[in-house]
Amino acid sequence: MIGRGHPWLSLAPALGVIAVLFGGGLALGLAGSFGMGRGGASGDAWIAVLSEGRVWRSLGLSLWIAFASTALSCLIGLGAALLLRRRFPGQGLARLLFQINLTIPHAVGALGILWLLSQSGFVARLSAGAGLIDGPAGFPALTQDRFAIGIIAHYVWKEVPFIGLILLANMQSLGDDPESAARSLGASPFAAMRLVLLPLLMPALIRAGAIVFAFSFGAWEVPVLLGQSAPTALPVLAWQRFTDPDLAARPEAMALAMLIALVSAVLIRAAFAGRNR
Amino acid sequence: MSPRLRILLGLVLIAALIAPLLPLALWSVARGWFFPQILPANWTIEPWMQAFAPRSEIPSALATTTLIALAAAALALALGIPAGRALGLYRFRGKALVELALLAPVIVPGIAVGLGIHGVFLRLGLTNSVPGVVLVHLVPTLPYVIFVMSGVFANYDAEAEAQARSLGARPLQVLWHVMLPAIAPGIVVAGLFAFLVSWSQYILTLTIGGGRVVTLPLLLYAQAGAGRNDQAGVLAMLSLGPGLVILALVARQLTGRGMAIGGTR
Repeated sequence: MIGRGHPWLSLAPALGVIAVLFGGGLALGLAGSFGMGRGGASGDAWIAVLSEGRVWRSLGLSLWIAFASTALSCLIGLGAALLLRRRFPGQGLARLLFQINLTIPHAVGALGILWLLSQSGFVARLSAGAGLIDGPAGFPALTQDRFAIGIIAHYVWKEVPFIGLILLANMQSLGDDPESAARSLGASPFAAMRLVLLPLLMPALIRAGAIVFAFSFGAWEVPVLLGQSAPTALPVLAWQRFTDPDLAARPEAMALAMLIALVSAVLIRAAFAGRNR
Repeated sequence: MSPRLRILLGLVLIAALIAPLLPLALWSVARGWFFPQILPANWTIEPWMQAFAPRSEIPSALATTTLIALAAAALALALGIPAGRALGLYRFRGKALVELALLAPVIVPGIAVGLGIHGVFLRLGLTNSVPGVVLVHLVPTLPYVIFVMSGVFANYDAEAEAQARSLGARPLQVLWHVMLPAIAPGIVVAGLFAFLVSWSQYILTLTIGGGRVVTLPLLLYAQAGAGRNDQAGVLAMLSLGPGLVILALVARQLTGRGMAIGGTR
């Protein structure tokens, strides 16, 4: 640390690019949602969007996907981190394999999940081979289904290693001391984990969870492949409006994009604002 | 927990994480692999021959994706190294706000900003073009580079620069002979991550590229949608390549936290 200073010159190029692309994108999206640039401003698109049942159903679906994916990823990620932190034969290989998912593009993973879980997919074929089902129709609909199981399965599959590695790194820097102290004072292993380790990990878990929530709420390529056609996830609905041949749907697409940005902004504030406490 | 149970649970976990890759890999070497066959009846390298045949779109998509990722990573490094130095070495008023502004693009979903950026780029004539896609990929890549580099500079001893200067080194010499060797490993890691993040982009590429700029993820969905599962399988395997190479290169150098930051999203 050199100390106090005014390094604005080194920051200016990066901040400028982010301001123009990210800030400009948000500003133009907001302006577009009020119909600016096509003569005058009006709140018509917002009124249309907010009074449409389909939008609320999509919002509800996206929130369900994000909540379920985040909760399961955090839970399984925590379990995986607890599993992988102790030494056991093959631990190094297990940790390496555990990291592979982080590098896989979402589009590739989503297609893999589709071919794994669909009614004619790999698991269905194994079930047929074992005599559990007669044909594809006998296998439960796990993709493009009402409860978005395929979508949630994808995010959990992809994000468990992300959560797990963040927690492993935090466990490493905490060391064994806090838990050993609790154990020597008579706490059971489970109590030491729940009452000592977990609260210490919580800040990291909340931040990592917020990143997972925002992504599973706002990603497009996963629900477009693994989701049912109605209601669609909110990002898919926004894209449908954006590519609608009727240009009057553009302001509505922008309003939906702003709605997605708003949810993620609330989330950033909730998860990151108090980080200096 | 007994070691045996630990190994068993570890195996279940790893199997679940690998499982979705299995049908992708099998389709890339199968012909007509349909229900209820568990494994393909006909194993063949035909899909790979077709993928690299003269009339295939795959080689050009591979080249386009690589070119865009290289350019986006280079630009992100050029902009992100100075910014990372500023955040890693200095305390200043408004630093928390700057960090938040640079973190936000990682969290705000691509579609939320992409539709607005499309409006900006339309006015600048950058839509439907490779340069436009490279620029829009800075939104997700630049924050990664800045955060990796600010971590690198937080552990960097800037005193060495003062010593070099007092011995008569000119600013460029200090940069080249003192700073660069010290931060080189960090630059490599940041550059590889930026490459990987760009390599995996979908919706920003589609929004700005307008379907004219065809990268591997876009072609993957197009082939799967057209029922060419064998070609989609090849594309999926090709898409895994850089991530596996990068994992092999950096897994030993990095703690879990570093790798987690580099995950694609």
